[in-house]
Amino acid sequence: MLGKVLMKGNEALAEAALIAGCRHYFAYPITPQNEIPVYMARRMAELGGTFIQAESELAAISMVMGASAGGVRTMTSSSSPGMALKQEGISYLAGAELPCVLVNVMRGGPGLGGIAGSQGDYFQATRGGGNGDYRTIVLAPGNAQELADFTVDAFDLADEYRIPVLILVDGYLGQMSEPLTLPKPNGKKFEKSWAVRGSEGKSKNIIASLRLVPDSALEVHNLHLQDKYEKITEEVRHVDEYRCEDAEWLIVAYGAAARVARKAVDSLRTGGTRVGLFRPLSLWPFPDRELNEFAKEVEKVLTVEMSLGQLIEDVKLSVNGEAEVDFYGRAGGAVPTLDDIIGRIYSYEHQDHTHVQAS
Amino acid sequence: MTEEIVIAGFGGQGVLLAGKLLCVAAMRRGLQVSHIPSYGAEMRGGTANCSVVISTEDIPSPVIECPSVVIALNGPSLVKFLPRIRLGGMLIWNRSLIAIAPSRSDLFSFPLDATDISLANGTERAANMVAIGALLRLKPNLVSMKSIEAALDEVISSRNRKYNSLNLRILSVGYEMAEKIVANK
Amino acid sequence: MSIKTIPMYRRPEGLSDVRTHYCPGCGHGIIHKLIAEVLVELDIIGKTIIIAPVGCSVLAYKYIEVDGLEAAHGRAPAVATGLKRALPNRIVISYQGDGDLLAIGVGETVHAANRGEKITVFFVNNANYGMTGGQMAPTSLEGQKTTTTPHGRDGTEVGYPIRACELIDTLVAPAYIERTSVHNPGAVKKTKKAILKALSYQKEGIGYSFVEILSMCPTNWGVEPATAAEWIKTDMLKSFPLKKFRDRPMEAAVEKEAS
Repeated sequence: MLGKVLMKGNEALAEAALIAGCRHYFAYPITPQNEIPVYMARRMAELGGTFIQAESELAAISMVMGASAGGVRTMTSSSSPGMALKQEGISYLAGAELPCVLVNVMRGGPGLGGIAGSQGDYFQATRGGGNGDYRTIVLAPGNAQELADFTVDAFDLADEYRIPVLILVDGYLGQMSEPLTLPKPNGKKFEKSWAVRGSEGKSKNIIASLRLVPDSALEVHNLHLQDKYEKITEEVRHVDEYRCEDAEWLIVAYGAAARVARKAVDSLRTGGTRVGLFRPLSLWPFPDRELNEFAKEVEKVLTVEMSLGQLIEDVKLSVNGEAEVDFYGRAGGAVPTLDDIIGRIYSYEHQDHTHVQAS
Repeated sequence: MTEEIVIAGFGGQGVLLAGKLLCVAAMRRGLQVSHIPSYGAEMRGGTANCSVVISTEDIPSPVIECPSVVIALNGPSLVKFLPRIRLGGMLIWNRSLIAIAPSRSDLFSFPLDATDISLANGTERAANMVAIGALLRLKPNLVSMKSIEAALDEVISSRNRKYNSLNLRILSVGYEMAEKIVANK
Repeated sequence: MSIKTIPMYRRPEGLSDVRTHYCPGCGHGIIHKLIAEVLVELDIIGKTIIIAPVGCSVLAYKYIEVDGLEAAHGRAPAVATGLKRALPNRIVISYQGDGDLLAIGVGETVHAANRGEKITVFFVNNANYGMTGGQMAPTSLEGQKTTTTPHGRDGTEVGYPIRACELIDTLVAPAYIERTSVHNPGAVKKTKKAILKALSYQKEGIGYSFVEILSMCPTNWGVEPATAAEWIKTDMLKSFPLKKFRDRPMEAAVEKEAS
């Protein structure tokens, strides 16, 4: 703790982006991520970078597209209703294979909803809210340290695979201050010969998602994207397994919900119930094979989320009938409490289980 | 050991700063800490609060349902948080701005003339320091006066660091007030 | 005896050697050619990136020998902003139509101009949506029949033509604003001058430049190319007078000379 700094999650993320070499940041204010643009406004001025308070979310994501096409590291951040607006640009970035980092500090919805933290944008993040067959890598940090570390990783992943990478956090993680050690620059360099910097001395580059001619061009492009997504699915699968080895019960949760779930695991184990926590750190790709392996060994899987039935879809797809999947969710800014989770598990303990049926 | 502390008041009373001071001091002692402010629309209308968790263990959630300690620097804050204090918990309240004594008898209640003490020391903005000083005495295992002193240097911006000696003096007045209350109980 | 042929006219070297998809009589081809010529004349063609909009000119980057980038509908000025901020010593062109610039992208248009982004916007105004089949544009004239105003544009119902130059001329930051046309050779020459001026100001790092170009759309106007050119003269110019609205560097030079 002695070498650590106390930083708000949003600010830790912003500083980590600077450490990763991001000097072009564009955003529109929205609670609960306002600390990020405020921090960037100050720091970009100090570092000679670009901060623009865009006229809209649509403009902000389009500025990201322009900067990315120019070959620089770039980022935008927002919160749920703002992220909904950015979907247009995200689809274009994915189609044109442009790298960038996106941050969604989630608040409760639907609509304007509220400003308290939530995980209600899981579908929007992992399924993609924009048009077409595309994917973005989605990372799910669970504390200030991971917020900073994953942000640096996100820039590398984006450049490596030429893909938008979304950091999905909730308002609580964005707003809370915790001790952390800021990451060091890793010095990774990526060749960007595809960038549009002018055609002097080379053939011209075109960055576009439009594919009209020949008739098969768009399908060929989509198949190319799918190949890339397959590769990412093999290479980018992150999960934190906590006390899962001998578990009878498995809790699956990410982000702020997983913090409470982890505590519940400890409490339940103290009381003699063998529970483990499976915490996906990448939500796309989802660590499905890993979860499936555990599902074969446990009696029941409990999904805990700050939304009402979103994460559970990936859990069920991964478990694939190997165990019963149950659900506990809170919404609209509520956080699952320790007692909620413990109570849920105890209620199974005291039920008769003659046959475990996958739901 | 886990303490779940809510510090509440109106904007300008330094509730966020008080929370941050506790966190940094505890962090330097090797404890786990989290700090989360009320934000956005909640801040409009003049009330502000922060939730501080200090623990020897990992902190699951920064959100506090039933605080073990509430520091209420004004009336609306007391009204909001009094019902949520856990049984046997602690309430430190600013008698300078709260006319009616809190009604619960199932907790440890400590009135402080925090704003008056602050004013007597030449500022109206240091009621938070009076309260933190008192908390140090009432929860002696949390953080020491020395660690708060170091935290002040770390947390306060260089522009305002000139007030640190005043802040420290007011902190110790709070500490002594609590000492007296404890002695009389 | 041999006959020596002297080429009087050839494809400008900045223009790609491909057939365009534009209709006969469309103004885009003329405007592309002018831009290509100016990029070569200013020796900036290797440093230029053109941002194509959504609309008829969505493939503009295919026809000019520069790097090209595609923007979502209406977002070209924002994409240009990001690109220019990333590469401040490159030439960034946002090429847009009337739906793109004044309807779905009016926010991006106004704010990029208002920030004085050091980019050049070429706004091709043909008073209707060509790509999607001749629907009403923000610049369609009062009474103009389009596929979505079959009885003619009624200002009291759907609003009146929006004048982009006049709108942008209310802002402090822009350096150069001019409206030209390509309906006859004289107008084409003046358009080339405006393009040259706009791009040289960007080359010199002076600031935001905006050229609105009135252009023919015979296919969707339902007339012969010659009639389309005539319609610009007889009808469009009334709503969209050709004018240099602002030329900050020139005004400064004149002022300096006077004092």
